[in-house]
Amino acid sequence: MSEHIVKSYETELNRLRRLMTEMGGLVESQVEMATQAVLNKDAAAAAHAMETDPKVDAMEREAEQFVIRMLALRQPMAQDLRQIVSSLKMTGDLERIGDYAANVAKRSLVLSQFSLNFPFAGLSQMSRLVKENLKTIIDAIGESDADKALQVWRSDAAIDDLYNTIFRELITYMMEDPRTITPCTHLLFIAKNLERIGDHATNIAETIYYAVKGEPLTDARPKSDISAYAVVRPAGE
Amino acid sequence: MSNSITEADAKPNIGTVSTRSTEALNEPRIAIRNLDFYYGANRALKAINLDFPAGQVTGMIGPSGCGKSTLLRVLNRMYDLYPGQRATGEVLMDGENIIAPGIDLNQLRSRIGMVFQKPTPFPMSIYENITFGVKLHERLSKADMDERVEWSLTRAALWAEVKDRLHSSAMGLSGGQQQRLCIARTIAVRPEVILFDEPTSALDPISTLKIEELIDELKREFTIAIVTHNMQQAARCADQVAFFYLGEMVEVAAAADMFTAPKQKRTQEYITGRFG
Repeated sequence: MSEHIVKSYETELNRLRRLMTEMGGLVESQVEMATQAVLNKDAAAAAHAMETDPKVDAMEREAEQFVIRMLALRQPMAQDLRQIVSSLKMTGDLERIGDYAANVAKRSLVLSQFSLNFPFAGLSQMSRLVKENLKTIIDAIGESDADKALQVWRSDAAIDDLYNTIFRELITYMMEDPRTITPCTHLLFIAKNLERIGDHATNIAETIYYAVKGEPLTDARPKSDISAYAVVRPAGE
Repeated sequence: MSNSITEADAKPNIGTVSTRSTEALNEPRIAIRNLDFYYGANRALKAINLDFPAGQVTGMIGPSGCGKSTLLRVLNRMYDLYPGQRATGEVLMDGENIIAPGIDLNQLRSRIGMVFQKPTPFPMSIYENITFGVKLHERLSKADMDERVEWSLTRAALWAEVKDRLHSSAMGLSGGQQQRLCIARTIAVRPEVILFDEPTSALDPISTLKIEELIDELKREFTIAIVTHNMQQAARCADQVAFFYLGEMVEVAAAADMFTAPKQKRTQEYITGRFG
């Protein structure tokens, strides 16, 4: 696509794209720190993840203001309109991802006070997948890449599957030993937060796809978090 | 390269269906088929196929010289006044080709009215501006004529402002009022189709909005075609929008689709301000 006749408009669109990837990068590092805090009992990483949150919120406000200004002054059309409105939606998703990351970081501080005798293998794998998807989707924002978006959209099911497994596993631990209820409840929330981060990445994927293609992703969304229906009973009952 | 409605009808599932506008277009009131237009040797319109749905607004956009105003001039055969200008193909209205020889032009122009870029009131009273055209086609009693004047001025949203000075000169009206008077004059002969050629380009923003509101009202009774350089205006007023470039119709689509997700690259570049 060739450049705008009005150069300042082109500059603004580029600045908006930069703002989005910057905000994405910030959120990405926040999630990285939060998962490190949980998996390595790293209090410094937790603090970093929590401190980043106000910065993310500030960036969301900045992007919002910028979008409102562009809508008023440029009256954008077609793909410009789609890019600008999509940015507004995506800042909301990124901000929520930041919130979930901060919450994971807070819970890691409580969690580190307990010594648990089971491995976090599932959680570790889940956080790896979530971070992969997040990185891909932020690249997709910067490059307006609908294929990458589609890739993320399709791979969210794997995250949901892992979450379901973790859910059942943690309930089993709690039934076996009630002393683990506190740390396991925190772990449940941590896993749920990671699962929600995956969902927001999927939202962003849908938004990018629409912004680039001008058509929404119409297939049924891959939804496989079935933990809402999960029943785990003690053996012999 | 033209993308006519008929082609679209034949295969409506271009891209993902669900994203296309849900608002259906009505049956065509005018159907243009394979229309070419020549200014001397210069081919100004190339194989145009376009339907004007009844009771709806068709917007025509494109850079200067793209042929959109020429198309309006074809619809009421204004080009007949100029030697060397000719149209080939078909413009069908009630199954009749209105660009064929032998068509009664006076009658045609009473069925297809036109409003121009600059307000063109006649240098006579407001009342006489309205009755002038009516008298060419109909013999009405004084009472019926008074009623017709009120009817058309009311529909043009001007009645309240001029009812106490119907016999003063139309030249004393503001630009926006003059344009609404021209619209009243056009609808006074009770046409079926109204052509607007950049009707608000000489008006202030408030008068512009009044005309747009009026177009929205008028489409209940008339089929409307509007040429405009104001993209937002086309987006607001039109049900369907056609994009013209260098004498070709590049794309036609429901207005909501045209301005959010046009299909053709040239349309995208034009409406986003990347060339034109």
